[in-house]
Amino acid sequence: MAVYFTKEHEWISVEGDTARVGITDYAQGQLGDITFVELPEAGAGVTQGKSCCVVDSVKAASDVYAPVTGTVVSGNPSLEDEPELVNTDAENAGFLWSMTLADPAQLDGLMDEAAYKEYVAGL
Amino acid sequence: MSDTYEIDDNGEPVETGPETLPLDAWNRARGGRMVEFAGYWMPVQYEGIIAEHTWTRTHAGLFDVSHMGQLLVSGEGADAAVEALLPIDLATLRPGMQRYSLLLAEDGGILDDLMVSRWPEALYLVVNGATKWDDIAHLREFLPDEVTLNHLDDRALFALQGPEAFAALERHATGEYPLSALTFMHFGKFEIGGVEVMISRSGYTGEDGFEISLPAEAAAQIADLLCGEPEVKPIGLGARDSLRLEAGLPLYGHDLSETIDPVSADLSFAIGKRRRAEGAFPGAERILSLLADGPSVRRVGLVLEGRMAAREGATIFHGGELVGSVTSGGFSPTCARPIAMGYVSAALAAPGTKLEIEMRGKRLPAEVVPLPFVPHRYHRKGA
Repeated sequence: MAVYFTKEHEWISVEGDTARVGITDYAQGQLGDITFVELPEAGAGVTQGKSCCVVDSVKAASDVYAPVTGTVVSGNPSLEDEPELVNTDAENAGFLWSMTLADPAQLDGLMDEAAYKEYVAGL
Repeated sequence: MSDTYEIDDNGEPVETGPETLPLDAWNRARGGRMVEFAGYWMPVQYEGIIAEHTWTRTHAGLFDVSHMGQLLVSGEGADAAVEALLPIDLATLRPGMQRYSLLLAEDGGILDDLMVSRWPEALYLVVNGATKWDDIAHLREFLPDEVTLNHLDDRALFALQGPEAFAALERHATGEYPLSALTFMHFGKFEIGGVEVMISRSGYTGEDGFEISLPAEAAAQIADLLCGEPEVKPIGLGARDSLRLEAGLPLYGHDLSETIDPVSADLSFAIGKRRRAEGAFPGAERILSLLADGPSVRRVGLVLEGRMAAREGATIFHGGELVGSVTSGGFSPTCARPIAMGYVSAALAAPGTKLEIEMRGKRLPAEVVPLPFVPHRYHRKGA
């Protein structure tokens, strides 16, 4: 399993042909209390860098961008009743959706954990 | 919102960015996340909006609202001069009383909403931070020469709000009468930690609470005293907004603007009885005819089905017809569902009316409900 990060603060954890996507712990801290997640639908095609999910916090709604191109397997069903999982466990149980990858080579353009940490430290 | 500029040595404008308020260092030391608001750095949250919101509804929250404008109007004819700009009846505003009012444009549009108190020898006005410079310019233009306008920019303003606000403040406030005798929409002169302050029993959360005007240099000392009480935590702008939305209180620049009149805004209570009879306030002709005939749109409360919040600017539909738009909306921590305020056609403003709000291409079912969403718990005289 390998985890990659984007500059827009999404993470993607890849295992074989499928991956889970979420926002980083840093991102949930910036957004504050999350009250609703509008998840992408199973079977939907998502395109790298394009919005495909919306996270509602008390303050505002924020787009989440697909880290790579592919097809949604399913949204995280736990978030329907417990959107606050994104706050309490952003990089694990609070993942947003699972997907298959169209082009695994797109992962090469993303950051690894060390590079992401350095990126966040510089913000 | 306009940026802040200064002129440099070469006569060129230099953007200076947000200014700091008296409690800035204190807010940062307490972990406040600072954002730009109304030209100032202000704390949007400390530990989290929902936690702060809930704390205020169950205990007491200290809000630093020093960005708001504190103004004194004094001199011969001050009452008449203020009545020429606001639809308030100052003849019934006795010493020690405070009242909500509106600064009106010539056409009856709302330039700002504000509080007016009768201080000894002067009227004390508290206006919105984002509009205070425009308000000051408007007042300077229209007040006659013999009436003096002072901007009390050497004072800070705190709000202490919540069901335990009284218990916490009573341990520190001494004055000409006990704090328990201070009732909703009244004020008095008190001392906190040896510092002379003005305290009114009012606020912007729907809870019992106080607003405290104090010298800027005492801000950190008094914030420490109050937050040293077990009932009190500092609360940011984020929870201030969600609390006032639940209380059904409009926010200027969102629910109120120059294009909205007091009657459509459901603020007719701010037009004094004598003023209605006499007219002679800005926009009187239009406003009196709206009072008589009813407005074409009205400000209403809306609750939404589901969990997706409706935000400012979202359009409101009745069947296929566009009937209004949302001016404030968000998730209500107390009601545990999304709530909103907006303007809809007057014919559809009755509680129980089913409407739809469009958000991100979806039509969300919504229902008109009476305001406030969460009952007010003011400490009224005789209650």
